[in-house]
Amino acid sequence: MSKPKETIEELGKDLAKEVLAGKQPILNVPIRALTNITFNKKTATLELGNKTSERNFFNVAHAKKFLQTLEVAAVSKELLEIGKHASLRDVFYMVKRTIPNTKINVVDDQPESDDAIEDLEVLTGLSRENLNINANKMGSVAGHVIIEDKGDELDWSRMGSGGWSIPSNVEEIKFKKVKAKYVIYMEKQAVWERLHEDKFWDKHDCVIVTSQGQTTRGIRRLLQRLSEEHNLPIYILCDNDPYGYYIYSVLKFGSINLAHMAETMTLRNAKYLGITAEDVEKYGLKKHLIAFKDVDMKRLEQIQNYEWFKDNKAWQKQFKLMKTMKAKVEIQALSSRGISFISEKYLPEKIKNKDWIE
Amino acid sequence: MTKPIAEELAKKQKDISVAEFFERNRHLLGFDNKRKALLTVVKEAVDNALDACEEAKMLPEVSVQIVEMGNDRFRITVEDNGPGIVRKQIPNIFAKLLYGSKFHTMKQARGQQGIGISAAVLYAQLTTGRPAKIWSRISPKDPAHYYELHIDTQKNEPEIIKDEEINWKKEHGVKIELDIDAAYQKGDQSVDSYLKQTAIANPHATIVYTNPKAEQLIFPRAADKLPKEPTEIKPHPYGVELGIMLKMLKNTECRTLQSFLTQEFSRVGPGTAKEICDKAGLFTNMKPGELQLPHVEKMVEAIKNTKIISPSTDCIVPIGEALLEKGLRKEVSAEFYTAVSRSPDVYKGIPFVIEVALAYGGTQPADEPIRLLRFANRVPLLYQQGACASTKSVIQTNWRPYGLSQSQGALPAGPLTIVISLVSVWPSFTSEAKEAIAHYPEIIKEMKLALQEVGRRLGSYVNKKRRVADQQERVSIFENYIPEVADALSKLSGVGKEKLADSLRKMLGKNKEYIQAHKEAHKVEAKEKKDKEEQVKLGGFEDE
Repeated sequence: MSKPKETIEELGKDLAKEVLAGKQPILNVPIRALTNITFNKKTATLELGNKTSERNFFNVAHAKKFLQTLEVAAVSKELLEIGKHASLRDVFYMVKRTIPNTKINVVDDQPESDDAIEDLEVLTGLSRENLNINANKMGSVAGHVIIEDKGDELDWSRMGSGGWSIPSNVEEIKFKKVKAKYVIYMEKQAVWERLHEDKFWDKHDCVIVTSQGQTTRGIRRLLQRLSEEHNLPIYILCDNDPYGYYIYSVLKFGSINLAHMAETMTLRNAKYLGITAEDVEKYGLKKHLIAFKDVDMKRLEQIQNYEWFKDNKAWQKQFKLMKTMKAKVEIQALSSRGISFISEKYLPEKIKNKDWIE
Repeated sequence: MTKPIAEELAKKQKDISVAEFFERNRHLLGFDNKRKALLTVVKEAVDNALDACEEAKMLPEVSVQIVEMGNDRFRITVEDNGPGIVRKQIPNIFAKLLYGSKFHTMKQARGQQGIGISAAVLYAQLTTGRPAKIWSRISPKDPAHYYELHIDTQKNEPEIIKDEEINWKKEHGVKIELDIDAAYQKGDQSVDSYLKQTAIANPHATIVYTNPKAEQLIFPRAADKLPKEPTEIKPHPYGVELGIMLKMLKNTECRTLQSFLTQEFSRVGPGTAKEICDKAGLFTNMKPGELQLPHVEKMVEAIKNTKIISPSTDCIVPIGEALLEKGLRKEVSAEFYTAVSRSPDVYKGIPFVIEVALAYGGTQPADEPIRLLRFANRVPLLYQQGACASTKSVIQTNWRPYGLSQSQGALPAGPLTIVISLVSVWPSFTSEAKEAIAHYPEIIKEMKLALQEVGRRLGSYVNKKRRVADQQERVSIFENYIPEVADALSKLSGVGKEKLADSLRKMLGKNKEYIQAHKEAHKVEAKEKKDKEEQVKLGGFEDE
């Protein structure tokens, strides 16, 4: 990867050259939508296609987006120059202002500036973190791992009840000692807290990771580094619903929005541990099914047709079962069998029996 | 032995004079409340003044003065420069209900029944007890006459209180002064608004108005030519109902049914007359006076089944597109005016013409319902808008293609004034107060066709205006964006901000095509956006 500051300057200089030569300033931004995504079977990751959308300043429909992209680029350049980091929210406020003589704001809400940042990423091939823009911290980790971060030595087994909170940029972290056989990533914070309280990571020699809601880039990068640098399998624990499947899909193959940086994020070693459709029967969760809404069925059908799932028999079987069941089930449903059923019975049994889907 | 009850009852039964009847039913004539009474009195006097001037082929100059005298009492003075009224007719015209020249003719005029002005006199008498004061002079050679009149409500006869010759500086004309109980308020249904609208539909008239606030408003004429004089026509058989037919048969001087039909009606020749008689099973040589009710019923039925040419339409005098537009132009300030005059059509054997004009833009409020001005024979209709055929026609017309917003079953909204005028030998109203045009399908159809025509013209104007505005807006968008883009780009590239801005501005000035929206690019953008929305909608498909 080239140096971020120079890359951004390059972008600016190219545009300025065009302007001074009397040419219309145009940014060709790769399209980040399913229509421009291909699945590379060899690397098993999503790749961004070469469709671009032209952003011409002299087009009424594009002028604003054009300006937004330049604005966040200028902010990023400034951050890189002074060596500080800003959050997505910070950038929103740094860019937000009203254009003189108009009622138009450069950005009206944060999704607009977030979008412009993503545009800048695909334009420059740099990740947000390289541009000194960070997301909020949203995840926790615990396990017998010692790391060094900005000169501080941190022991993930001695972080109290909250665990170590994962920053959005984990590139600078050094792993000093990793004593684990595998990593479990779970979408639910509550489940993580359960396992942490039960000292699951201590009893079973593993690392437990969670996020709040979306799987952040920092977490995905951390999982990838643990998986690749220390050769650990990643087990994924989600609700048995299309959303859970999608989390697995993103972790393993990459996501549509971040297809341009799929390489640094995907987990070739990820396995979907549960909850599976079969678990419903096996662990007596039938009573706790939640009926599908229309949107769930649509989502399921969309996932079912993803190129990377199309030829996967195990997954197609899952989809089919879910379709006939027309219902989903949460991980926490396991608590109906006892508060620590998940850490004492369910997980050890699943892992021992290699009862997962890949 | 007691008398039969019927005899007792018979004692109580007696004639009710017309005047007595209206005394109790004043709402039928537009005297429902004090505010409306003020308008009705002014309206009747002004209508008469205009009718008289036109009949005498004089350009009308009407002065209206309203003075507030306290305690809800107002003095109304209306003066015209018309032909004046001969002395012996004055009491009957002003102080006898249902006395008039127009009721028995088929001719386009403002007044019809001969109720209006005498009803105003009656109202004054009932509310203030003051007599009507009339000045009249028929030529500079003749003396002016001054009358003070009451109405004997029992007999429906004038009661002359004063009758004298006086000095009056006016060469000819009529002046009437009435004291009435009333209330003055500005607004859409005020005298101010009525006179303003009268000026729109009567561009040949000058009206000078002093309102109770002592503000003088002058509506000068926009045309120096009088409208063509409407001609009188005989009734068309299709428009004659049983009652009128009976009356006509009784009053005719014709000696045979054949001559009665050909002479008393328009568009009935010997052939048609014979056909009617044959169908009714009557002889053409029967004496009209000898016909019995069953005969007349058969004849009316036979007329319905006989094909008769539509009445001639040269008896009506529309305002005309040019004059209507002129009238609107001088009273409503707007940016776009247009008018349409339809060719005459017929309902129930009565000819009529629909004219529509509109004024768009200017200072008119853009987010309120449009203003609808309705006229019947050049008289503004201020009440009962909801019940009027013209309102229905506007609502039933789809205004959206013409650039206005409109919700279902409502008047459109926008900075627009629409004028709808009905001119007819006998305009049909929903009631005697003459406030709303009746819903005849022929009338509504004509109105809608006229509205569509002006609507199309409006649409092309609005669209053109919008295109120009869009173009300007685009240019200004870029003018405002350029300093911002130059600033950001300067930070990124190190090139001077002003240098970049100048270069961008030069491009904007040189190539107007830059500022056109690129349709293709737009499409891609829309698709991209849709894809994304779809993903988001389905949930979980974006990374943080």
